[in-house]
Parts: sequence; structure tokens; C-alpha cells
Amino acid sequence: MIARLIIGAIVLALLAGVAFGAPSLMSDYFVRILLIIALNAIFVLSLSLSNGFTGVFSLGHVGFIGAGAYLSGILSLTVAQKASLLPHLPTFLNWFSLPFLPATLVAGCFTALLAIIVGYPLMRLSGYFVSVATMGFLIIVNVVLINASDFTRGARTFTGVPLDTSLPWVFGWLAITLFVLWRLVYSPFGRRMKAVRDDTIAASAIGISMLNTRLTAFAIGAFFAGVGGSLYAHYLGSFSPVTFYFAMTMNLIAMLVLGGMGSLSGAVIGVVCVSLLSELLRSVERGFTIGDITVPALFGASQIVLGFIFILIMIFRPKGIMGERELTFGLFKRSAKSEIKQGVL
Amino acid sequence: MSGFEYILQQVINAVSLGSLYALVAVGLSIVFGVLKLTNFAHGDVMMVGAFTTVLLIGIGMPFVPAVICGILGAALAGFLIERIAYRPIRNAPDVTRLLTSLAVTYILENFGILVFTSSPKNFPLPAVLNDSWQLLDGAITFTNINILTLVLTFVSLIGLGWFITRTTLGLGMRAASEDMAAAQLVGLDVNKLIVVAFVVASGFAGLAGVLWAAQAGVIQPQMGFTPLLKAFVAAIIGGFGSIAGALVGGFMLGALEIFIVAFLPDAITPYRDAIVFSLLIAFLLFRPGGLLQPNREIKL
Repeated sequence: MIARLIIGAIVLALLAGVAFGAPSLMSDYFVRILLIIALNAIFVLSLSLSNGFTGVFSLGHVGFIGAGAYLSGILSLTVAQKASLLPHLPTFLNWFSLPFLPATLVAGCFTALLAIIVGYPLMRLSGYFVSVATMGFLIIVNVVLINASDFTRGARTFTGVPLDTSLPWVFGWLAITLFVLWRLVYSPFGRRMKAVRDDTIAASAIGISMLNTRLTAFAIGAFFAGVGGSLYAHYLGSFSPVTFYFAMTMNLIAMLVLGGMGSLSGAVIGVVCVSLLSELLRSVERGFTIGDITVPALFGASQIVLGFIFILIMIFRPKGIMGERELTFGLFKRSAKSEIKQGVL
Repeated sequence: MSGFEYILQQVINAVSLGSLYALVAVGLSIVFGVLKLTNFAHGDVMMVGAFTTVLLIGIGMPFVPAVICGILGAALAGFLIERIAYRPIRNAPDVTRLLTSLAVTYILENFGILVFTSSPKNFPLPAVLNDSWQLLDGAITFTNINILTLVLTFVSLIGLGWFITRTTLGLGMRAASEDMAAAQLVGLDVNKLIVVAFVVASGFAGLAGVLWAAQAGVIQPQMGFTPLLKAFVAAIIGGFGSIAGALVGGFMLGALEIFIVAFLPDAITPYRDAIVFSLLIAFLLFRPGGLLQPNREIKL
């Protein structure tokens, strides 16, 4: 137990070291990649809760990210900026400006609430019905973001959000996300989620409320989506409704599916793989020269390669890289396998 | 302009838009009926049809043969998509197949961007199709392409009706969509039927793509996306998997959209798509079988 605590402390210290030390050791380019990977890890982990562990394949997750980003952006503009950028903002929003952390928490709570309201009807659906319905939700969010121009500047760029997001913030939130989800997924509630996913009827028959379980998972996932959205908003500084639409959805889903839909470490691995791969492909895509041969810029080629990898995974390894397994490095005993080994189960 | 003429003009617009939605939705429903697959790539097959047509016109082919080749090109694309991407995962869970179709979409769209760039190109519509008709002293306007869309929609749908009720292949397709296992048991070649369904559906997508591009006047790689989403709504309103349902749903959705814009206050008009997709969610919740299949059993 003590050994485990020590190892845990070392890992945390290492992460903190990377988070605080990286900007002075590495070039801005690598810091940016590291930050984007950590940010995407928060998105994909929050997505895995509904899509992976509960079996509700939502295509609307980016709607929550977008809602969180916009809300947090509105809350953290200074009063002067609000007067000039959003002159028609209702009075209850325009007289104050929140710092980064409270704005992020409010955004998370708001998206969780939104998820409960939206999920209460939608979580009754299953299979492709829930996918299509949540896709409808994403489109509705997009239409509202574009048209509620008093709040969002409409289709124009929402700008002026303070650039508060730094590596320590993102790594901190990633650690919190991982910790909370880990405790959740490998708890009795986590088993209820998987029971609902694997056999809804059998789960209902032994007294597990399908709706409550799904709704809880959906809302917690949406909370972290909102938090991630806020971090993303404070990273980008300026964004528009199209930032939070199908391209982003597709990207997150690719990461989740590649890593494995029933595994938290799988989700993170998927994020790292897809991020590095697309970064690599993107540099190829810009065109390069080997000896006498000049390869011209091929825009879109990286997405095509990702798409084919995606299909190959669907055909040959539909459970992704990790499937249901977890990488634990012996740190936690909370993976099912070690529980069996230790005779807990 | 009097109220009556205004309404008549809106009815014409609604029928014109609705027939396009119906064409797209019919293709989606054919595939869904046979394979229980929500085929996101359908919109990109539309794009393939439109681009093929434009390319062939560009190299000097006359309009009508180019359109026919465009439809054939779309059908070929559908055939290849089924063979390469969908056949290996035919018996996989719903979500796997949905994801695969998303991946196909992703590939086709980016392939379009790679080859044609994402900037819109003009659709070279023959001048005669752009001639407009003015009725009642110019109170009502429509162009030849509106008429052509309507005519082609009805001709192709009547053709489809004949195909699925009078030919062995078509009957087999309906049998397979009713009950795949039973169809196999009575000796139908299910593989062949699925290929036929895909080719027919993709042909419809190609036709819809050409007509959509002709009405919009431009083509671009993501052009299939909006009609695809709308066709989903149309197909689900009518009853997903039912061809008649797709027709009814398509025309109803066209009418609904036009009437939202024409008769509701300006403050609501921009939220048209939000209303449409709320309707989709409402149907999924309260009447998942759609209008035409109220008693269909839905697996939850």
C-alpha cells in the first residue's frame, strides 16, 4: 500500500515536472503538441464514459464541448470586452467577469445540467437510434450557436478569450478526469454501466435502472466535456461554431475507437497514437523533397490515411488496441484481471 | 402579390425541395431496409455522381449522357463501398457498422478535397434548363430545372416501384429487408441482393446529387452532407427502411422547411434546422417506426 502511494507520488511528481518544466525545455511546437494531446485525452476520456462503458454511442459529445467553450468564453471576457464584442448581452451576464477556474467549473456544471435535460428523453433510445438522435442534438447546438448572436457573435469568430490554458492546467484537469473516471468505472456503478451496455434486459431484470445509469454516465461525461471545452476556449482564444462540429466529432471518435472503447488507458493511447500520426502525416502532407523527387502538397491525404486505418481497425480489430484491458503498471489493483488474481472477485 | 399566389409559389418550392429530399431518403431507406445500416456515406455517393457528371461535361460530353454516366459512376462507387468496407463487417454490431460508414464518409470527402480542392465549382447547367416560367403576371416563378427535378423524381420512383414489385430481384430485395434469415432459408442469394440494393440506392444518390448540384449551381466535396442529414430526418419521419415512407417523409420535410421560412416570424426562421432536428428526436422517441410503420417492433 505504502509502496503504491510512493509510486503514485513519483508519477504525479513526474507529470508535474513535465507540465511545469516542458515549456522551458522544449520548443513551442512540442509544448503545443503535448497540450493538444492532453486536451484531447480529456475529451476522449469523457466521451468513453457514455460511448465505451455504457454502450450509448453518442455523436453529440462535441455539442457539450462547444457549449462549455462558449459559456466559459462569455463568462471570462472582461466587462469592457463584453460591452464592445457582445453589446446585446443580457444584463445578468454583462457586469462581471470570472477568472479561469470558476468559469471552467461553471461551464462543466452547465453542460452536465444540459446533459441531464437532453439525456432524460434521449437515454431511452439505443443502438443507432441514440446515435442519430444525439447527432440531432449536435446540429441543434450548432444552429443555436450560430443564431444566438447576442451571446455568441453568431457565425463570426468569438474572440478575446484570455489565453489562460497552460500545460499545468491541462495536465491537472487530465489527472482529475482520469482519477474520477477510474474510480467510477471500476466501482459498483461501473459494473452497472457495463451490465447495461452488455445486456440491457438482463440488467433491468436484476434491478439496475437503465435510464439512471445511462443518464449519470452521460452527465458526468458531459461535465468533463464542458471543462475540456473551457480549457480549449482559453487555449484557442478565438473560435467559431464550426470549430465544434462534425470534423471534431469524427476526430474524437477515431481516437476512442482506435484505443479501445472499454478501457481508460486505451482511450489515452488512442489519443496519443492518432495525434502523433496526424501530426506526422500533416508534415508529409505539406509536401517535401527527397533527393530529386519533389512530393507536392496533398491536402486531405492525412485524413484519408486515418480513414483507411479506421476501417481496417473496424474490420480486423473492432475492439481497438486495448479492448477491455487496462495498462496499470501494477499501480492500481482496480483492473478486473488483478482483482481475479488476488481473489477479490 | 395576393395571399393565394404567395401560397401557391410556396407549394411549388416545397414540392421541388421535397422531391430532392425524397430521392436521397429513398436511397438511404433501401440500404437501411436490407442491411439495417445507417449509411452516412450516401451523401458522398451523391458527391461522386455530381463530380463525375461535371468532369464528363468538362471534357466535352453532352449533358444527358454525362448525367447518365454520373449516375452509373455513383452506382459503381456504391458497389465498391459495399464490397470493400461494408461486406467484411456485415454481421458486426450496429455501432461498428455506423462507425465504418462514418469512416467511408471521411475518406470520400477528403479524397474529394485532395483531388478537387474544397472550393466550389460551377455546375455547367445547359441554358435551356435555367429558363424560367412566369405564371399569373410573374407572381409565380419556376425554372425548367424545377420541372425536370420533379419529372425525374417521379419517373425514377415509378421505375423503382416497378422494380420492387414486379421483378424477381426487387421482390427478393424486399424479402431480404423483411427478414434476412428467412430470405436466405428459402434460397435467395442474399449477397447478390445486398449488392443490388447498394447499386440501386447509389444510383438514386447519383441522380439526387446531379439534381441537387443543378439547383444549387455549384459543386464541392462536402455538398452531400446537408442533404444527407435532411434525408435522415425525412426517412425517419416516414419510417426508416420503408421506401414509401421515405417518399412521404421527403415531401413532408420539404413542405415543413418551406413553410417555416415562408410563414413563421423572421425571428424563428434561422432556427429552421433546429426545429427540423427536434422533430427528428421527437419521432425517434415517440414514434420510432415513423408515420408509415406505427406498429413496427423496435429493438431497444
